[in-house]
Amino acid sequence: MQEWHLLQHNWGWVIMLKVESIHYGIVIDHITQGKGKKIFDKLNLGEADFPVVLLRNVVSSKFGKKDIIKIENRIDIDMTMLGLIDPNVTINIVEDEKTIKKMKVEIPKEVQGLFKCKNPRCISNAEDNINPLFTLVKANGTIEYSCEYCEELTSYTL
Amino acid sequence: MNLKGRHLIDPGDFSLLELESIFRLAEKIIENKDEYSQICKEKILGTLFYEPSTRTRLSFETAMLRMGGKVLGFSDANVSSAAKGENIADTIRVLSAYADVVVIRHPKEGAPRLASKYSNIPVINGGDGGHQHPTQTLTDLLTIKRLKGSISGNTVGFCGDLKFGRTVHSLIKTLSRYPDNKFILVSPEELRLPDHLRHMLKNVAQVEIIETEDLETVIGSLDILYMTRIQKERFFNEADYVRLKDSYILTRNKLSEAKEDMLVMHPLPRVNEISYDVDEDDRAAYFKQAEFGVYARMALIAAQLGVGNNA
Repeated sequence: MQEWHLLQHNWGWVIMLKVESIHYGIVIDHITQGKGKKIFDKLNLGEADFPVVLLRNVVSSKFGKKDIIKIENRIDIDMTMLGLIDPNVTINIVEDEKTIKKMKVEIPKEVQGLFKCKNPRCISNAEDNINPLFTLVKANGTIEYSCEYCEELTSYTL
Repeated sequence: MNLKGRHLIDPGDFSLLELESIFRLAEKIIENKDEYSQICKEKILGTLFYEPSTRTRLSFETAMLRMGGKVLGFSDANVSSAAKGENIADTIRVLSAYADVVVIRHPKEGAPRLASKYSNIPVINGGDGGHQHPTQTLTDLLTIKRLKGSISGNTVGFCGDLKFGRTVHSLIKTLSRYPDNKFILVSPEELRLPDHLRHMLKNVAQVEIIETEDLETVIGSLDILYMTRIQKERFFNEADYVRLKDSYILTRNKLSEAKEDMLVMHPLPRVNEISYDVDEDDRAAYFKQAEFGVYARMALIAAQLGVGNNA
């Protein structure tokens, strides 16, 4: 099956792009326009050996324009950090070309590997190969995580 | 309570009942030192001091020697393999094979937590940067218990460097777990308690905190005054240290406004924040505090090694 996506060019032209719909995999939809590349990079999809496509500036009735990522043949990708990059995202799990599960993302309670501890006196910034676990302590207004080693709060801006 | 094999990295690692069991053992040791003089025979305490220390290191060494044990380690990172670039994980893995319990002091915050992940023997945090100092807390609580009668129901003033003062961080975190304690935090704006601790005290422990820059106006309401040194070694900028170092100096004259039974505590070393004339005042508790530190550490080591219960 094929899907057609409307793409709006900077100069105002609207063009149609033909993309194969996926048989089995993940569609990350409703990505805020411009954040698709960041998610693509954070999920390390540039290194993937399975089919993956990033669609940017797709016309959306709800958001005006949005980005979409389609991942074929894999559903076991850890996407917990997506809530920190873009809380608007919807994750669709597809099997036999049908969406069998639709999930909204949340701000993760724990994160690892997404950012470093801001405390220059923290051991995690002094020795190699230390990847601290951060635990969410505040999600109202600013999002703040506590480092498992020094407990300093590191703010994360969406 | 079974504390055998347990790490002490953060004062929250032990429940209040477990802390109480350590104080009970410490008090038994104080009352009957001879009975405990050989309980650590054949046991070795490893001391990894990556940062200068006098009191804490000597207190730990004395504690182990007074129980018949032995001590090995270093007190200067420059004479250890750390100077060759060895990481903490490797050092602790090796020391696990040599000693039965290890105390680590490190300038980097969280280093003892990292060590505990790779250790097969109990790890004690002997102070990590400006973060925590849980065995000083055992010392402080034992002092309060013995000299004040109760660890609960006190108005405690913390004065000086509350930002980098790790003894303050550990003690206030622990005192907030006991009922009916109130806290008055006296510091310059730049040296206020770190946000993560203020957040914990207000939102998790839900205790009453008053923050002020003026010691004189609050000293009369305190049951305990915990003085601290401005931590020169934590400043990145010498000029900031010089500007703040004389912020608070407790004199005998200022004590005239304090309660008759208020305790003046200090983790030591002091620089100039407590005048020498205060030493003669009955309220000065800091040298007794240093003495109690040995007993608190004896009880901790014995509990972690699982010895001394029947002494």
